[in-house]
Amino acid sequence: MASCVQLLGASASPFVNRVQMALNLKSVEYEFIEENPNDRSERLLKANPVIKKIPVLIHDGKPICESLIIVEYIDDAWNNGPSILPSDPHDRALARFWAAYIDDKWFPLYKKLREASTEEGRKEILDSIFEGLVLLEAAFVKCSKGKPFFGGDNVGYLDIALGCYMGWMKATEILIGVKWLDEINNPGLAEWAERFYSHSAIKDVMPETSKLVEIYKMYQARRNQLLVDNPQDGFCCFLACMF
Amino acid sequence: MPTNEELLLLDLWVSPFSTRVKIALAEKGLSYKTQEEDVLGGKSDLLLKSNPLYAKVPVLLHNGKPVVESTNIVYYIDETWPSPQLLPACSYGKSTARFWADFIDKKVFDAGRNIWQSKGEELEAAKNEFIDILKKLEGAMGDKDYFGGDKFGFVDVILIGLTTWFYAYEKYGGFKIEKECPKFAAWVNRCKERDSVAKNYIDPERTHEFVGLLRKMHGVE
Repeated sequence: MASCVQLLGASASPFVNRVQMALNLKSVEYEFIEENPNDRSERLLKANPVIKKIPVLIHDGKPICESLIIVEYIDDAWNNGPSILPSDPHDRALARFWAAYIDDKWFPLYKKLREASTEEGRKEILDSIFEGLVLLEAAFVKCSKGKPFFGGDNVGYLDIALGCYMGWMKATEILIGVKWLDEINNPGLAEWAERFYSHSAIKDVMPETSKLVEIYKMYQARRNQLLVDNPQDGFCCFLACMF
Repeated sequence: MPTNEELLLLDLWVSPFSTRVKIALAEKGLSYKTQEEDVLGGKSDLLLKSNPLYAKVPVLLHNGKPVVESTNIVYYIDETWPSPQLLPACSYGKSTARFWADFIDKKVFDAGRNIWQSKGEELEAAKNEFIDILKKLEGAMGDKDYFGGDKFGFVDVILIGLTTWFYAYEKYGGFKIEKECPKFAAWVNRCKERDSVAKNYIDPERTHEFVGLLRKMHGVE
């Protein structure tokens, strides 16, 4: 019997995109149910009563929450195709370590950049973002071991963890005129990003850069009100943090 | 364990995160050496080399290769020495365990810190938030003996080490977990009967003293 897979999400959310990428890698068919980040549905609150956030994967009626936990679930539940997590426990630990660094330390710098009130403060944070990219370049060299992706020959957990942000990073390049990755400072990551973007499981997941810029400008106009109405909503905070 | 396997834990005696790793190692019957780190005085070259980004304990070195971040270390231990399994066997059970481990890591220690670092109204708010978190965890356990169900498992390992600091939170927060969250208190006592926990559980009076020192360092007293 075919299993029933539903994804509660918003198509412009990088956290939701992670799940879509993982489902595509495993060729899993699913129903995408668009949730409005500004107006949480009863369905979402029932599926994720503790954290109340998208994405939520519902597999045969059972909800799984938190994007990277969902990615691991997809890897466990569907063992067709290449593994998303590395097979070696030490490599798995490294992948989880860098994914946590990206989510907890590096990407939140973009929010601080937006909140910086002085030019000096802004420069300091920009420097921190670029320092983080130096670390991630080294992580790429170590994890990929000369192969095209963090996961080796195939797109893996860490590719998804970092790659999901690439769409929005391209949008911010247009919005604030900063180039995040280039051939001189991050040759490995710059080439990786192009490969990742054009991968068959990835390329149709993230919205076009121009669409993301449009979404950002629309939300920017309502940014302050959003933060008042939905201070806990990760995706709204995410959007609100993008300048 | 084969005799050519070497396990070294870079440790701090009072760290609830180190305790977590020690309990996991004990559950697997693994023998290991420890190196106590003077995190306030001067960190060893080995620690700085093994964990260059954060320079924090615990770090587990397995045949010289480091694994950092305590929850990651517990995953590593469970995956490298699968018997007895700490994570549930089924995919859904694993994802539920990962979810609660993540929730615990994001909430518990920080909420505890908010208690011992604050006074007055802020302290009252911090205490209420902490109790609320324990109530959510009670909800997750339901009417089972452990987070893992009938068996002590992954989430139990992740959480029980953190409870070594709860006596300090109770003292500074002016509350008793036994009164506010009796199911939670019963779970702690049940876990403490296990060898792996009993042998590694830091004396709460000593952690209370240590937290007192931290308060002085942070200018709370």
